Amino acid sequence: MKAVFDEFDAYLQAFGYTLALFLVSGVLSLLLGTVLVAMRVGPVAVLRSAAGVYVTVVRNTPLVIVFAFFSFAGPTLSIQFNWFKVSIGDYDFTSLFCYAVLSLTLYTSTFVCEALRAGINAVPLGQAEAARAIGLPFGGVMRQVVLPLAFRAALPPLASVQIALIKNTSVAAVFGIAEATANMRSLLNDFGATQRFGIFACFALGYIVIVEVFSFLSYRLERRWRVAT
Amino acid sequence: MSNSVLFDAPGPRTIRRHRLYGALGALLVLGVLAFVLHRFYDAGTFEGDKWEVFVTPDYVRVILVDGLLNTLKMAGAAIVGACVLGALLGVGKLSDHRLVRWPSWLVVEFFRAVPVLLLMVFTWFVLGINKEGSSFWAVVIALTLYNGSVLAEVLRAGVNAVPKGQREAAYAIGMRKTQVMNIVLLPQAVKIMLPAIISQCIVALKDTALGQYVLAPGLTRIYKQIFLEFDNRVPTMIVIASLYILVNLLLTALATWLQHKLVGERKPLEVSMITRPAADGTATGPL
Repeated sequence: MKAVFDEFDAYLQAFGYTLALFLVSGVLSLLLGTVLVAMRVGPVAVLRSAAGVYVTVVRNTPLVIVFAFFSFAGPTLSIQFNWFKVSIGDYDFTSLFCYAVLSLTLYTSTFVCEALRAGINAVPLGQAEAARAIGLPFGGVMRQVVLPLAFRAALPPLASVQIALIKNTSVAAVFGIAEATANMRSLLNDFGATQRFGIFACFALGYIVIVEVFSFLSYRLERRWRVAT
Repeated sequence: MSNSVLFDAPGPRTIRRHRLYGALGALLVLGVLAFVLHRFYDAGTFEGDKWEVFVTPDYVRVILVDGLLNTLKMAGAAIVGACVLGALLGVGKLSDHRLVRWPSWLVVEFFRAVPVLLLMVFTWFVLGINKEGSSFWAVVIALTLYNGSVLAEVLRAGVNAVPKGQREAAYAIGMRKTQVMNIVLLPQAVKIMLPAIISQCIVALKDTALGQYVLAPGLTRIYKQIFLEFDNRVPTMIVIASLYILVNLLLTALATWLQHKLVGERKPLEVSMITRPAADGTATGPL
């Protein structure tokens, strides 16, 4: 445990990267997931099946392989982020960070899509029918009536998906980002003989704090947003 | 198509418009696919010698036996362990005794909130990173702890989903607590839970790929060996990913079939990752 406190700044910075990965890919995955679900339930058959295939394939692929694909096949496909170099304080966000965000976003958005689709199924039939009856086209039905209701109904599963994302950011460690799990591995490498339980406890605590704060916030949001029944 | 509640049956103009969208969408999808294939073609991904290894019997055997079989072994061992652990913790969480309920709750919450990869790395170091088989067991133990905690929550939700009258009727005919649980509640709960358990198998199977970080055997190690030998990173990745997807799709089909067979059209069991106070204040465990 002493090893962690000796370099407490490194510990905090590692969790900073974890949080940054989570926040950026969390927002992006919600956006992409919403687009995907609109395609999946929409009237255009081609988009419906394209989104369906995408969701099925990516959902069933291990996240590590999604990461590996973009890290190694990315340059071949001109998916490159060499131009991307942002430094905020002590944090350097480089092309590795972009690949991680891209992989996490594409992977998580499929789960967001499925959660929202379940949410749409939970919207009472009368709502969509009433929206159509007043003449709204598909875009209007979705934007103004169904999706707002679906988001509220799907809030608990969406929160679960985002919590899974918090934990999945650890996979970025495999691909060279100095976030919490990578930091723990290198500390265990150096001090593992004597302090491994302390080191593990510190890092587990960090993740637990992030997860618990997030689930508390989403629980509050859920109570405030609950659809009157 | 016109039976969706989200949009009206299209009229002639809308049909034309949708055809246009469809054509544009198809063009976009095909364009992206063509671009990807073209780039891979230029990079030599589709040359025969990069794929030859996957039709060479010796290497196919290596992929299937050293790779797939090891991965399935890790996933299988983890699932069996997780079912046992999940049953213990789940029943513990439902217990009437605080001394049993709270530790179970704590253990479940802890392992659900910690990333599997973190657990894996830690277990690996505890078992000794240079010891034979330690990475295999690190993967199995980490997946057992995580999935066991999730299954404990599934079990609790399943038992609570059994209609209240069943429990009351069992008590009314004079059964004891253990009998009520073993003879009445659990058999019905397991039926409701089976699809959720299979979905958890999929999660466990996908997470075995994380074993890469602790140098575990299985598909990801084979992946590394093959592309280092034949310099065919992308083809190997595609083959390995397909194997994972294939097994997962089989499991998904099994889960859907079981859902229809055992649960019928009722809603599948939902297990939330968020802890919340029990809505109706019944004895469903603390917090």
